[in-house]
Amino acid sequence: MSENILQAKNINKSFNDPIKVKVLTDINIAINKGEFVALTGKSGCGKSTLLYILSTMDTDYQGELLIDNVSMVHKRESELAKVRNEKIGFVFQFHYLLDEFTVLKNVMLPGLKLGKFSEKEVENCAIEKLKILDIDKLAMKKANQLSGGEKQRVAIARALINNPDIIMGDEPTGNLDKKNSDIVFDLFNKLSDELNQTLLIVTHDLSFADRMHRIIEMEDGKIILL
Amino acid sequence: MNSKLTISIAKALLLARWKQTLVAAVGVTFSITMFIALLSFMAGLNDLLDGLVLNRTAHIRLYNEIQANKNQPVNKSPLYKDNYNFIKSVKPTNARLQIYNSGAIIRTLKKDTRVLGIAPKIMTPVFFNEIAINVAAVVNGIDVKNETKLFYFNDYLIEGASDDIEKISNSIILGKGLANQLSANVGDRVQVSNTNGEIFQLKVVGLYQTGIQELDKTQSYTSIATVQKLMGVPNTYITDIQLKLKKIPEAPAIAKEFTKLFEIDAIDIQTANAQFETGSFIRTLISYAVGVVLLVVAGFGIYNILNMMIYEKMDTIAILKATGFSGKDVQTIFLLIAISIGLIGGLVGLLLGFGLSAIIDQIPFKTASLPTIKTYPISYKLMFYLIGAVFSLITTFFAGWFPARKASKVDPVVIIRGK
Repeated sequence: MSENILQAKNINKSFNDPIKVKVLTDINIAINKGEFVALTGKSGCGKSTLLYILSTMDTDYQGELLIDNVSMVHKRESELAKVRNEKIGFVFQFHYLLDEFTVLKNVMLPGLKLGKFSEKEVENCAIEKLKILDIDKLAMKKANQLSGGEKQRVAIARALINNPDIIMGDEPTGNLDKKNSDIVFDLFNKLSDELNQTLLIVTHDLSFADRMHRIIEMEDGKIILL
Repeated sequence: MNSKLTISIAKALLLARWKQTLVAAVGVTFSITMFIALLSFMAGLNDLLDGLVLNRTAHIRLYNEIQANKNQPVNKSPLYKDNYNFIKSVKPTNARLQIYNSGAIIRTLKKDTRVLGIAPKIMTPVFFNEIAINVAAVVNGIDVKNETKLFYFNDYLIEGASDDIEKISNSIILGKGLANQLSANVGDRVQVSNTNGEIFQLKVVGLYQTGIQELDKTQSYTSIATVQKLMGVPNTYITDIQLKLKKIPEAPAIAKEFTKLFEIDAIDIQTANAQFETGSFIRTLISYAVGVVLLVVAGFGIYNILNMMIYEKMDTIAILKATGFSGKDVQTIFLLIAISIGLIGGLVGLLLGFGLSAIIDQIPFKTASLPTIKTYPISYKLMFYLIGAVFSLITTFFAGWFPARKASKVDPVVIIRGK
């Protein structure tokens, strides 16, 4: 068995407002390096909630989360931010770019934050990622001048900038038309095949899920298919 | 944390929505401008009102009061030492208004480091004779140089030159009201008779107006030597020594000390002008109250604008946090934004406040009481500008700090899910 990159043990979560509702029950997942995993289920089954917990962006849960075999429980906020910066690339349903910056700067920001390389090196790396996604010609445009599909590809480039251990996507095609959805999924496939990138993508589109290595299906806060 | 990156992000966020930034900065500017202009104006008016009294009044006045001798012989006699003596109808005798040994007193006072300046003076009642009528008035013999330095004598002179009373012998400066009564102008001669009925001819060299009718109708000024000649007294004769101190609040204590030291009567400005003290205190209180209210209102305005601005950027905070910026980074970025707005808005506010003060300073303002004042008074105190600068920085700091801290503590998912 290959190396575990992400491991969730007995994760439970409830919303307390206005009444206590259990949204996740005893979630146990392990994802290995290089896997291309789909997390599917009906709307409201808790798949997005689970993804936010796995990405350390939500700390309000019970259970244990290991990323790269390091426990994320009891870590301080700044340490979690560092984990997100270094090890996780995240693609939202809505592209979530900073309109104040150019495409290139948007992609570069997490790299600059990491601070391992000089600005020049980060810039070269960002252009390289944009090339992989075939949008290098948009580099100097402002983020709000792009189409939805283009924005989503920029978001993927941003997720890739620090060569993360895992890329997570929360319905990254949910807001796109068929043509752009295909482009984005082809990109994920390309990343998985050519770069052996680990990917965990939440989607309710089963036609896409079927093309992935592995499907995790959820229903009412529980995992019904691993 | 890479400070260069934080600064570049803060700068980009500020410039990208420059209209919003401008509105926030203008809010700060407006508040500070109003604060500076209003406080400068109020302080200017206050100084003017204080000056009406303070400029003309000695902090301590040394003189001899006409009063009965406190040491009656019966009390000094050893025979009646243990008795309680009642003496009725004690009358003052030998009323001498002259200050004894005035030369020595002045020399001692000149060495006193608490004393800012000394102006000796003689006052004597006279009659001005105009054909058939006699006008009762007072002639003040003054030391022009010290009187001008300490009591701004020239500020109240509406015609002529004060030096002339010392340069031209037998000359006089008349109060405006008195001159009107005598139909006298500069260059005319007036006839004066002293308390003994002797008559002198004096030349009018100037006119004087305080704005207080009572004074302008009864006061006239000439040199000390001329008054001594009028009274027929030697040139050591002086009835008043006026003092200005470095610190006004010390006046009552120093007055008491001098009473004992020189065996003379001394009255301090606080006792002589109790109603002025109260008025001045209340005016100061009002300006402080207005200043504080202005600051509080301005503070809330600035706080609101910046708060709104940061809450509008919640998305940005969520993205930054999701891509690996820590809460502290986010807080630093937004504090930088807030403080830059405070710095620029505050600086422009100080300049505009100064400009507005300067404009008010040019508005014509004529008052009978102060002939030299031509425009509204403004006080250019550095203190107001310092308060304004510090205040704009502090309010913007907190206005940025509270929402930024709150934003830095929430999980990014809370912001994202809230959409």
